[in-house]
Amino acid sequence: MIRINCPYCGERDHSEFSYGGDATINYPSLDASEKEWTEAIFFRKNIKGFQFETWHHSNGCRMWLVVERSTVTHEIKSVKPCHPDLQKVVENNK
Amino acid sequence: MKTRRIDNYGKINRDKILSFSWDKKNYKGFEGDTLASALLANNIGIVGRSFKYHRPRGIFSSGVEESGALVTIGSKDRRDPNVRATTQELYNGLEASGQNAFPNVNFDLAGINNYLGRFFAAGFYYKTFMGIPPLEWGKGTAIWMFFEKFIRKAAGMGSASGLPDPDTYEHAHDFCDLIVVGSGPAGVAAAIEAAEKKLDVILVEQDSLIGGNQLAENDFDNSQIKNQLENLGIKIMTRTTAFGLYDNCVVGLLERVTDHISAPNVNIPRQRFWTIRAKHIIVGAGAIERHIAFNNNDIPGVMTVNASKHYLNRYGVLTGKRIVIATNNDSVYETANQLSEAGANVTVLDSRTNFEIETNKSFEIRKGYVPYNINGSKKIHSLDISKSETINKSETIDCDQVLLSGGWSPAVHLLSHRGVKPKWDYNNACFLPSDKKENITMVGSSRGLWNKNDCIASGIAGTTDALNRLGISKTNYFFPKPGGWKNPIQPLYEVKYKKSRSKSFVDYQHDVTTDDVRLAHREGFISVEHLKRYTTLGMANDQGKMGNIIGLSLMAELLNKEIPEVGTTVFRPPYTPVSIGALSGRNVGKHFRPLRVTPMHQWNIDHGAKMIEVGLYQRPWYYPKENETLSDSYIREASTVRKTVGICDITSLGKIAIQGPDSTEFLNRIYSNSFSKLQVGKARYGIMLRDDGIVMDDGTSWRLAENEYFMTTSTGEAAKVMSWLEELLQTRWTDLNVNVTSVSEQWAGVSVAGPKSREVLNNCVDDSLVVTNNNLPFMGVTSTFLKGNIPCRIARISFSGELAFEVYVKSDFANTMMDLIWENAKKYDGCLYGLEALGALRVEKGHVTAAELDGRVTIDDAGLSKMASTKKSYIGSAMRKRGVLKNNDREILVGFFPTNLKETFNAGTIVCEKNNIKGQGIGRITSVTYSPELGHWIGLGFVKGGLDKWKDTNLVGADPVRNKQMNLKVVSPHMIDPKGERMYA
Ligand SMILES: [Zn+2]
Repeated sequence: MIRINCPYCGERDHSEFSYGGDATINYPSLDASEKEWTEAIFFRKNIKGFQFETWHHSNGCRMWLVVERSTVTHEIKSVKPCHPDLQKVVENNK
Repeated sequence: MKTRRIDNYGKINRDKILSFSWDKKNYKGFEGDTLASALLANNIGIVGRSFKYHRPRGIFSSGVEESGALVTIGSKDRRDPNVRATTQELYNGLEASGQNAFPNVNFDLAGINNYLGRFFAAGFYYKTFMGIPPLEWGKGTAIWMFFEKFIRKAAGMGSASGLPDPDTYEHAHDFCDLIVVGSGPAGVAAAIEAAEKKLDVILVEQDSLIGGNQLAENDFDNSQIKNQLENLGIKIMTRTTAFGLYDNCVVGLLERVTDHISAPNVNIPRQRFWTIRAKHIIVGAGAIERHIAFNNNDIPGVMTVNASKHYLNRYGVLTGKRIVIATNNDSVYETANQLSEAGANVTVLDSRTNFEIETNKSFEIRKGYVPYNINGSKKIHSLDISKSETINKSETIDCDQVLLSGGWSPAVHLLSHRGVKPKWDYNNACFLPSDKKENITMVGSSRGLWNKNDCIASGIAGTTDALNRLGISKTNYFFPKPGGWKNPIQPLYEVKYKKSRSKSFVDYQHDVTTDDVRLAHREGFISVEHLKRYTTLGMANDQGKMGNIIGLSLMAELLNKEIPEVGTTVFRPPYTPVSIGALSGRNVGKHFRPLRVTPMHQWNIDHGAKMIEVGLYQRPWYYPKENETLSDSYIREASTVRKTVGICDITSLGKIAIQGPDSTEFLNRIYSNSFSKLQVGKARYGIMLRDDGIVMDDGTSWRLAENEYFMTTSTGEAAKVMSWLEELLQTRWTDLNVNVTSVSEQWAGVSVAGPKSREVLNNCVDDSLVVTNNNLPFMGVTSTFLKGNIPCRIARISFSGELAFEVYVKSDFANTMMDLIWENAKKYDGCLYGLEALGALRVEKGHVTAAELDGRVTIDDAGLSKMASTKKSYIGSAMRKRGVLKNNDREILVGFFPTNLKETFNAGTIVCEKNNIKGQGIGRITSVTYSPELGHWIGLGFVKGGLDKWKDTNLVGADPVRNKQMNLKVVSPHMIDPKGERMYA
């Protein structure tokens, strides 16, 4: 069972969160080509080890978070807000 | 009946007599007994019939590894099957019965299966699927169908009550620094050491008493240990099994709170399902004694040696008078001493020839001898023994009990749950736990230590390991070496006597014999995982705690390999069975999932609504008058809406406040149609696509102010849309200044629909001018007041196709709003209408809902191409015409009429061409209703090529599930008022 240390709420059980997906995707602009969108939507790496992924604290503060998690051991190295401005705020408040 | 209870032995409370029933006869036992010890004391040898062969079975053990004494406890709705008699504590009035036998375990008609053994050999089950060779080989479905019910009846265990469980169960959570599993010498030492080092410790013990295997010692008294543990502040949880280890040091526990009480307090749960989050886990789960495979090794009276010691010293029961102990190791001699001191005539057969052991010399030791056959069927008459080098009859010993010890298997199960494969130890002939990087430490006999002092030392070392790993200390420590007997064990798993077809059991509970393992090997099942599934070895609810190693050793012999090369099977949670009741906890009945009601829920019920579940919501389904059926009612309601006016609770729609300077830009990106020119005071219907171009949801957004919108979503997708908007704003479009807030529960909504709806609302609002056609045109929005100074939002939006309004007030005013509108609607012969009528009205209009927008449909499929802007880019615009989505034979939304207008049809009907009725056809019907306006049944659905292709063709609706077929006509989905004149009225 995973526990995620939400920067806003503290350490919480994973049942409070919903899994999002790969946090490293750079979504193309809305007017980008079908090919670029296909790359962004359908092609995923199958990482063994640490990966960055998004989780939504859906039964908590409703923030989308970037979680650095091992797909092998579930160990979590870091948790940050997805929004870059909020990342800075959290960083400064440490 | 003679009792086997003897004086001056045992820790039972002889002052407290308990009465219980076994197979409807009454017996007596004592406080402190288990059902097994009480049955043994009462000289009841046969307690069950075996799984396949219905052979009489007795009690093999004194603990959780029991594979013979599975019984049914309780009756009626409290009947609990497959309970191990060895762990069931006795209580006054306990009702127990044998199972898998008719009429009873002593005389079982299905015992004939014993003589049909070859039909029940390994893989029998699977072969029945295939047919009986050679004639039916490969086409066995029919024969399987025929035999299935007989086989299932014959091969089985106890049956569940089939009634609702009257007991309650609880889920509970706890945290600690260290959890110690097992209260033997190792676990207790670890817990004390940890508590003294200021760790917060939970000690878990599956037994009712702490002590572990020390409970089998005649001079053991746990009260001092208990005091010490309690004084150190350790939380002791007895009758609690650690059934599984999970990621991040999570331990699953099952606490049996009242299973030992005759009349439990109804306010106490029967069992508690604990999730413990620890920082470190120490497992001192002990070891389990193995039996030995030889012919008839399952006759009642066969038991492990250690079990007999438990029955003697803990329960005061001498399990036999003339006892033969068969062994290959030193662990049995203390027991042999004690059994003979207690008055039994004991003989020890030790397969080893060369060893020295100290005993009290009160019994005979036959060095180099093994048992190979038991004579008897319902009880043991005698034992055939042989010299261990070559198996030949040398002698027959009269006896009434055979005790077996084929060595000990450390309980590595919990570590196995974490994916750690144990390693084989040749010296001790057992699997030992391997190291694990996670914070789990194995101590005591579960790491292969056979001496008490070694176990204690390992417990202290285990806690030191934990302290080091937690960064609290940096202390050197070492674990004692595995083993601890004076003489080495000699591997002995099976005694083979070639003479006859043998019944040498490996797995008692699933009736797997050594012959089955050999047959599986002959048939090519050489991987241990395949062997396990083919023979079902170790797949009963004891997971082969006693027999797995014997099975592996046979496989190793057949493959000419060593045991570690054959491998071991992976143990999975739960260690012992966990009841479904405990897993579900309080999430049963109406608490199975959350229930959402609208603020006018009670109002709806008071006004005669029958309710229906939509997602988690309870919504009005229909409002029957007097004896109306559902069908009468919804037809009347829908007709009334078209004729005069109806009102309907639409609060369950998702509602989202969208605020901020970039709100318009935001909506323009998420909706397929343009929102850039929407004026303040107007609403617009919008469709959202997913990234991949498929429709996600539809709804409306109302522009309340320059930078403020009120969005509605469908009931079912409300949560998903909210998360999606948050995701976009927090991860992709972080430069947009927009805030989204769910206000679904803040606003109560009602739809007022029908030609008289304006007149009704006119009477409800403070200022009657606000709802005139000029001031509130189609898709107009206004913020105003209902009579009584109630602030409200009104939009002229129609789902029914009639002149219609959606009115929202703050949830607190819901009932006032309903009273007000309903009073006025009644004046126009209006009605309340529910979801069924709403469905009829929207199907007539060809409006899509979740039945159509099922996650496979594009905006073009839904016939809404006009809603897809070509002047802007939006989510899904790049992908909505990709690959297969642009094929021109895609299924397009159409309406359906039955060709014969008197006929009906159902949603789910497959649409086919006339002479080609098969497979998925060319389309499907997704929604149907009786149309009061048209006077016959109509449907919405999809067909390849759409209306243009099939306009004038007769198609067939195939409904194989209901065995129905009808001719169909394809029509426009807009079946009523296609130009929308009524809406704009
Ligand atoms: Zn949070």
